[in-house]
Amino acid sequence: MQDADPRLNARRNNLVIACVCVALIACLPLVVKDVYAQNVLVLTLMYAALSQSWNILSGYCGQISLGHALYFGAGAYVTELLFTKFGVAPWFGMAAGGLVAATIAAAVGYPCFRLKGHYFVIATIVIAEAGYLLMLNWDYAGAAMGIDVPVRGDSWAKFQFLRSKLPYFYFALAFAFVAWLVTWMIEESRWGYWWRAVKDNAEAAESLGVEVFRSKMAAAALSAFLTAIGGGFYAQFVSYIDPESVMSFQFSLLMALPAVLGGIGTLWGPAVGAAILIPLTELTRSFAGGSGKGFDLIIYGLLVMGIALGRPEGIVGALSRRMRRSAA
Amino acid sequence: MTTQAVAQSLASGLLMGLIYGLVAAGLALIFGLMDVVNFAHGEFLMTAMYAAFGLYVAFALDPLASAPFVAAAMFVFGAIVYLGVVRYAMSASANAGMVQIFATFGLGIVMRGLAQLLFTPDYRSIPHSWLGGKTVQVAGIFLPAPQLAGALVSLAAFGALWLVINRTDFGRALEATREDAGAVALVGIDRKRIFALGWGLGAALVGLAGAVLAMFFYIYPDVGASFSLIAYVTVALGGFGSVFGAFAAGILVGLVEAATALALPPSLKYVGIYALYLIVVVVRPRGLFGSL
Repeated sequence: MQDADPRLNARRNNLVIACVCVALIACLPLVVKDVYAQNVLVLTLMYAALSQSWNILSGYCGQISLGHALYFGAGAYVTELLFTKFGVAPWFGMAAGGLVAATIAAAVGYPCFRLKGHYFVIATIVIAEAGYLLMLNWDYAGAAMGIDVPVRGDSWAKFQFLRSKLPYFYFALAFAFVAWLVTWMIEESRWGYWWRAVKDNAEAAESLGVEVFRSKMAAAALSAFLTAIGGGFYAQFVSYIDPESVMSFQFSLLMALPAVLGGIGTLWGPAVGAAILIPLTELTRSFAGGSGKGFDLIIYGLLVMGIALGRPEGIVGALSRRMRRSAA
Repeated sequence: MTTQAVAQSLASGLLMGLIYGLVAAGLALIFGLMDVVNFAHGEFLMTAMYAAFGLYVAFALDPLASAPFVAAAMFVFGAIVYLGVVRYAMSASANAGMVQIFATFGLGIVMRGLAQLLFTPDYRSIPHSWLGGKTVQVAGIFLPAPQLAGALVSLAAFGALWLVINRTDFGRALEATREDAGAVALVGIDRKRIFALGWGLGAALVGLAGAVLAMFFYIYPDVGASFSLIAYVTVALGGFGSVFGAFAAGILVGLVEAATALALPPSLKYVGIYALYLIVVVVRPRGLFGSL
């Protein structure tokens, strides 16, 4: 049977491919028993999800943010403050963190979305840094000492697992899939079209009736919400947070890079990029990082430069262009 | 708190502000010229500080004496960075804005890694510079001599920059290229050459700032991070691309920092700067002296 619309066909294929990928990845722990390797898997899935979230605002809507550590940190802190001070289960904490982050994103976006290009990028960096500084000085939240997550037992209800990394692995997989699915659903929705129009030419989009400002706000809120879920997850996963470990600029960069490598504004870019980049950085760090000699930074920096200069459209972007050319 | 203490603190804020202006000048110059933000700017500063430190260790040259050499070396370095990296980033076939950001970011990370490799992450300082530890008393206010010298260097550099931009052919070519990089080719100006010289000049300015800071600030691989953030704020406040806006905004940032330090604990001294930045972003997004 032939579908009339090739576009619908491609969409259905994407969904099938994603489901197959998730099923295959879910079987990985049967093969991968090493705890370190499982750790890398969890991080890879988490960064795939985070980068997918970043991609919504920066890739699809074209508003390049280098301050997503703010939302990541908001998710981590809200989750752990509610957990340690009020005994609220991290599930609700993560949701609350997402809402707080989305609110912050809207509050930040309100003045900043009038800024264009580099002005906007700088604003995101400065605001994230201001948030970092405030957390460093907020005594109730542990200030620079951070929060040590107390052990309350091994359970899904508390989202805390001491003996095995597998539950975290499955959560990270689900999280990555949900982030992908959200992007998949949005791609062909009205918001998806609006965001791409805003990215390509905001003035022209406005003149055609696209509500540019609302588009940016919606993208920012959704992107921040998902990022904060990742922050809450990470806090439970490492069970200790401080401003340095969840809000430093490093995270903003790490969320952006997989999408940059894989292809900005593409459905598969962040996942492909994370699958390559995160194991690679973990490996260089474990081989060279312990020496403290800066080899890991040099390799990492060269990688970032190489990606940006060598593959500006990203791996997925380059592949799909080649496929279109051979199809034509 | 006495008026004396307030005056004292604002005076040091003014000196520091002039130095912030010098740190930001190169960033503003390059942005104005070609609409590129150098995200390795802090690492340029770090490199210049290590250069001043190296000249001190190797030849016992005081940073004040080595500043011209550091600036000259940074001029060459800046031009090389343009020719080797930025030129390619600007001609990217897709996502050009993104490519510039990540190419210069990557460069900054590499520079930090190299600094760690060559000099270890240890904090260095220049213990016996000519002016180190000395103060100058003006109208009952004690001014630290290194900062005072730095502020004077900044004033001299901005003066010279004004002359270069307004009184030389190179300056006119710079202004013309900044107004319309396409049209200058028609009058025989090689745009790429102006861009390379602009990067050189921008890096030389931050080189001066680095030499000046090496007199009284610790030198370590990550030292650029906090200064570059202040430089971004300064440039955004002044209006991107406005070199003399950066000068004025630098002074403002220094004064606000000093005022914040009077009112809040030292760990919060940047809060005032960020607050000032946010207010300007809300009230006047193009910056205090910028035009859109």
